[in-house]
Amino acid sequence: MNKKEPIVAFWMIFPAIFVISVIAFFPLFKTFYDSFFDFGLNPMFKREFVGFGNYIKLFNDSRFWAAFKTTIIFTVVSVLLETVLGLLIALVVHQNFKFRGLVRAAMLIPWAIPTAISSQMWRWMFNDQFGIISKLYEALGIIKPGTPILGRPGLALWAIIQVDVWKTTPFMALLILAGLQLIPEQLYEAAKIDGANMVQRFFKITLPQIMQTIGIALIFRTLDALRVFDVVYVMTRGSVGTETLSVYNRSLLMDRAFTGRWFGYGSSLSVVIFLLISIFAIIYIKSLKLQID
Amino acid sequence: MKYKRVIYKFFLYLAVILIFIWCVFPFYWAIVSSLKPDKDLFELNPSLFPRQITFENYIKVFSERPFHINIWNSIVVSGITTLFSLAIGSLAAYAIARLKFKGKIVVMSLILAVSMFPQVSILGSLFVILRKFKLINTYSGLIFPYVSMTLPLTTWILQNFFRELPKEVEESAAIDGCSRFRTLWSIVLPMSAPGLVATGLLTFISAWNEFLYALTFMQRPSKYTVPVAIALFKGASQYEIPWGQIMAAAVIVTTPLVALVLIFQKKIIAGLSAGSVKG
Repeated sequence: MNKKEPIVAFWMIFPAIFVISVIAFFPLFKTFYDSFFDFGLNPMFKREFVGFGNYIKLFNDSRFWAAFKTTIIFTVVSVLLETVLGLLIALVVHQNFKFRGLVRAAMLIPWAIPTAISSQMWRWMFNDQFGIISKLYEALGIIKPGTPILGRPGLALWAIIQVDVWKTTPFMALLILAGLQLIPEQLYEAAKIDGANMVQRFFKITLPQIMQTIGIALIFRTLDALRVFDVVYVMTRGSVGTETLSVYNRSLLMDRAFTGRWFGYGSSLSVVIFLLISIFAIIYIKSLKLQID
Repeated sequence: MKYKRVIYKFFLYLAVILIFIWCVFPFYWAIVSSLKPDKDLFELNPSLFPRQITFENYIKVFSERPFHINIWNSIVVSGITTLFSLAIGSLAAYAIARLKFKGKIVVMSLILAVSMFPQVSILGSLFVILRKFKLINTYSGLIFPYVSMTLPLTTWILQNFFRELPKEVEESAAIDGCSRFRTLWSIVLPMSAPGLVATGLLTFISAWNEFLYALTFMQRPSKYTVPVAIALFKGASQYEIPWGQIMAAAVIVTTPLVALVLIFQKKIIAGLSAGSVKG
């Protein structure tokens, strides 16, 4: 039986590998290849080999660097906020209180609503004349009455970050909560007997015990944030300084490539995004410590 | 001591209430906005509760635009994606969880790597390929990319479920001369039915929520999936955004999703923490 096992395994794995090869690895390879040519999607543009020409052009493209900066700001700020707030919320919902199940269930709602749809909900709440959040900020004195939050450079990116934080923090909290629940109660009992106070117990027991969970969730979120598209596209279409790498890339590949020689150039940006994210993906896979027999 | 306890309770409940409002408010606000007549919706001092309830927006969503077709598109695409993803994923997951073969780490890493692909990196190439095979604006043109997008998570979660099943039943089946495929089909899959349901739900949700591919590969309003349709809702003129209708449409499609999530919350959290966090 054992001799046959690798053959059986091959046939079981084959469909999965086949699908991801055809629909993920092959297109990726093609993107790499296309990035060395100058051409558009309209057949009247002839394909021309330019070597690393697209990449050189890309690194001199100020719009690319602006999108790069926006993506990094978005990623650093939102992931940081999500982790800190997520940890705080996890600690709160780990306590005993009435309706605990209900609150934990409600925390899944932001995650379950499609980003494109929740972005529309928020866009309405940020409306400069009738938006309830705009009204709230006006009442709190954060903005002047009538400020178009999504139309103002600087403010718009903060609004987008806010939506991402809203969507992801509760989920992050639930993941951290799962980690909290694994800490054996005896550790706390022992610490109490030794006279450790709440703050000491948090830093000496809780934090070290969930550090790994937080670390992995953090890398996972970073990966996600670096490729952000939906929320930006729906809320501002990338206007007023909110364009991220993915949004710029799609506009090159889809909006401009039909009328100009932008497809090869867009492909080089696709490759750069891929390489950027690969760095974090490798760290992530390593940190998972794949336990496979 | 008692004094301290009261303060603790006060801040705990304050925090809990804030967390609850924070999570639920946008959804609540969408419901309220969808039920308001236009004159109340576009009012400079919005009221927190609808003063007057109308279902006008809900009717218009279906009469003024093909929203029912968009819902159908989403159901078909997400449903078929889920079936394919579970079928292909459970085979691979079983081999990874139970069979001995060389290169297992490589296979698993390859599958996991795909889950981290930035979608935009293959967007252009996929578009060109799909266009070549005339699959733009077709269900298949969206289902293929979705299967490969959801396969990593499906496989990863299922192999975790399979590992936790008792081995003995499978071993005695093998002694009785049951082939591996047969064991998987008639023993492992029925035993892991709850796991399959939870995994299927996650797959369905991620296909249902996907935006970038749907926006790019479906270019006719009658082919839009729900998130794209809602994101691109247009009013009578360029400057008029039909907010009431957008909110109504959002409520229609997110309510079942929210209900499902609330019913299956324990399973979803278990599945996701196994999928993304537990090493």
